[in-house]
Amino acid sequence: MKFAVIVFPGSNCDRDMYHAAKDALGAEAELVWYQDAALEGYDAILIPGGFSYGDYLRCGAIASTSDIVTSLRREAEKGTPILGVCNGFQILLESGLLPGALIRNENLKFICHFEELVVNNNETLFTTDYEKNDVISIPVAHGEGNYYCDDETLNELIEHNQIVFTYKNNPNGSVRDIAGIVNKEGNVLGMMPHPERAAEMLLGSDDGLKMFTSMLKNWRDQYATNA
Amino acid sequence: MTKVSIHVTLKEGVLDPQGKAIENSLNTLGYDGVHDVRVGKLIEMFIDHDDVEAQVKVMCDKLLANPVIENFTYEIEEGVAQ
Repeated sequence: MKFAVIVFPGSNCDRDMYHAAKDALGAEAELVWYQDAALEGYDAILIPGGFSYGDYLRCGAIASTSDIVTSLRREAEKGTPILGVCNGFQILLESGLLPGALIRNENLKFICHFEELVVNNNETLFTTDYEKNDVISIPVAHGEGNYYCDDETLNELIEHNQIVFTYKNNPNGSVRDIAGIVNKEGNVLGMMPHPERAAEMLLGSDDGLKMFTSMLKNWRDQYATNA
Repeated sequence: MTKVSIHVTLKEGVLDPQGKAIENSLNTLGYDGVHDVRVGKLIEMFIDHDDVEAQVKVMCDKLLANPVIENFTYEIEEGVAQ
């Protein structure tokens, strides 16, 4: 299985993401500079955290206008698994690949610590290795991770079981304790917490590794079905 | 030369923690009557184009404002010296 890790100017979790896919999981991974707007030939695409374009205008807004996001949209339509973490989540929202927006944390602070997440949906291709309602420990590191959407969108998210992770102790004011959501089709997931920073015990937790093993397992299953 | 000023503001109901912090500071300074402080953005630009207004609307929808959380208004001034 081959992962692409998109690198924007200002990404700073790209190498962590690469390390998680390549070393912690043991799959193939490549860093893809945003100007090399080719995303064909990868089995999954990872959008890392950081501060693309210095968070100018709004977090993720400038990155969402780049050519590579046009390729990303194409891959999303094809059903390629796409995981956006932190700034990657912000970019997915700004690109319209996921509904809602992220605003400043309620307490205005940059928060950086482990948070307990509840696995609300373990039926996505990113979460099958978890049990439903598992409580996992994953670090957050953000100033603008307060998920917001209107009631209509929230009802849709609930109705289609799109809320994948929730915070046990909401640290940022997110609507309905939302930490991560998936699109209706199930192949695009965005989340504020960093599973790649919890992919091996050396980092204090390997609770995030199951996201990567789930992706690998689902890819293998699909590969076997198509073969 | 056409000058355009675009105001981007948070929609009603969207939490504005920055506005809240400013409000608290103003209250601390003794401005007791201040409430509902909201912080927005002012984006100014000059545009050379036949249909400035149409272009501004599309630019706001596409990039300058996020329709999920923000509203925008704009003023267009014709014949402004840069």
